[in-house]
Amino acid sequence: MIFEDVKQLIIERLGNDVVIGEETGGMQPALLIAPERIADVCLELRNNPATYFDFLACLSGVDYGTDASKFGVVYHLTSIPYQTQLTLKISKTQDRFFDDLPSFPSISSVYRTAEWHEREAYDLVGVFFENHPDLRRILLPDDWEGFPLRKDYVTAEYYKGIKID
Amino acid sequence: MTNNALQKYHEKIAAAATQDMVLNMGPQHPSTHGVLRLELITDGEIIKEVIPHIGYLHRCFEKHAESLTYQQTIPFTDRLDYLASMNNSHIWVMGVERMLGIDKEIPKRIEYIRVLVCELNRIGSHLIAIGTYGIDIGAFTPFLWCFRDREHIMGLLEWASGSRMLYNYIWVGGLFFDLPVGFEERCREFVDYFKPKMVELNNLLTDNQIFISRTANVGVLPLDVAINYGCTGPMLRGSGLKWDLRRVDNYSVYPEIDFDIPAGTGLMGTKGDCWDRYKVRVDEIEQSLKIIEQCLDRLQSDLKRTPDFDPRAKLPRKIIPKAQDYYMRGEGAKGELGFYFVTDGKSEVPYRVKARGPSFNNLSVISEISKGVMIADLIAIIGSIDFVLGEVDR
Repeated sequence: MIFEDVKQLIIERLGNDVVIGEETGGMQPALLIAPERIADVCLELRNNPATYFDFLACLSGVDYGTDASKFGVVYHLTSIPYQTQLTLKISKTQDRFFDDLPSFPSISSVYRTAEWHEREAYDLVGVFFENHPDLRRILLPDDWEGFPLRKDYVTAEYYKGIKID
Repeated sequence: MTNNALQKYHEKIAAAATQDMVLNMGPQHPSTHGVLRLELITDGEIIKEVIPHIGYLHRCFEKHAESLTYQQTIPFTDRLDYLASMNNSHIWVMGVERMLGIDKEIPKRIEYIRVLVCELNRIGSHLIAIGTYGIDIGAFTPFLWCFRDREHIMGLLEWASGSRMLYNYIWVGGLFFDLPVGFEERCREFVDYFKPKMVELNNLLTDNQIFISRTANVGVLPLDVAINYGCTGPMLRGSGLKWDLRRVDNYSVYPEIDFDIPAGTGLMGTKGDCWDRYKVRVDEIEQSLKIIEQCLDRLQSDLKRTPDFDPRAKLPRKIIPKAQDYYMRGEGAKGELGFYFVTDGKSEVPYRVKARGPSFNNLSVISEISKGVMIADLIAIIGSIDFVLGEVDR
């Protein structure tokens, strides 16, 4: 099933306002999805016999720079029965305060593998996932301050009073 | 939008400590294959819940990659899955080459050498998996045998690249060096030596009744659970699905090479149990040997070494891919290894890199398949997953 068909199928099943754009410039075209509908889109793509995107290959949190102040999440889906791939993107403009993280719906109810991937995105990029069952830090210690893969991250000088050189 | 997950976790552990027993396994436990810590909530010998804690080996791969050029990052990719470094750098390099659009211009000899060293490394990785799996559940001899045979592979790859485990051999657009003179012949000797050793190993371990009793019907991973948890590689194939990216994506010269995809059949118990996953690795070693022989045939006939052949001839002077997103995936030794690149088209360093390690996803299924098992069986399950913490933590 090719890219255009998937786009038509999503619009048909979930309405006009779900797909808010597309990126077809590169080698792998991507669909831009309305952030609040991403879980519905994934569920539909996974369960629909015409697509069967049953495998979440990768989930990456991205910080699109301090100028744009935009955060996004990129999903790479694979359909094992049809041997096809699809990229979905969601993004949001948000300030960089730690008490107000950019927040997206969790898709861990659709793909269980997203549970750890979302924890990683939260840990390193500072993206919050609503309805995630256990959104703790995963790679860094629980008391780590800041999100290292943010573009404005400043390397800490001290960790628990110990100087880092 | 307050995040109280940490508090909830502490409350859960506190509650479990009064009713059941909380047992820490790792981070220094020998059977966790590295610095993995599993927090077990147990009722006697029965495990109620497993809470994995990872990150002890986090080396900021993605952060480093954002400040180094594509060529400089290759040694860092070696350190992801350090038991199969060639596979990691091969996939990284293929991703960069495709973004540059030079993937079709790579000479055939270079492609065959890449596949040859990758498959050698895959055998080495699987030998570690098999050997340590044996030692985990009490069989000491296979461990020594596997390491003895792996040493030959390490020696071969050291001869080619100058390093035993972390090679930095496959470069964007070419190779560090051509194979040394006599490598093909020596490699063929190794294949001839190694084939009977696999028969011995099978007699000792694969068909061993004690081993089968410990692994068959233990840690059964149904196919739908495997897919939903993102398991790939021998984990997914052990559950009965013939899914191998070398065949699905047909990258490099794999379409010209004939090999089978082994899958679990449930021969000794249930499909998807620990024994099936183990058996898939044993069978994959045989398939890798088949691939190596075909590569050697080509490298010794029409793609023979010539005096003027320069494996660095196609190296791009500056690697600046145009602005795009690209997700490159390939079959590493443990499963689907993916690199997601975001480039801005101006600089020599990627804007964002995400490494999707197969071990990370394979390990995440552990709390699902080890509910209600005995503690001793958990050791068998951990070993059958065959993760490398370097790749889990990145």
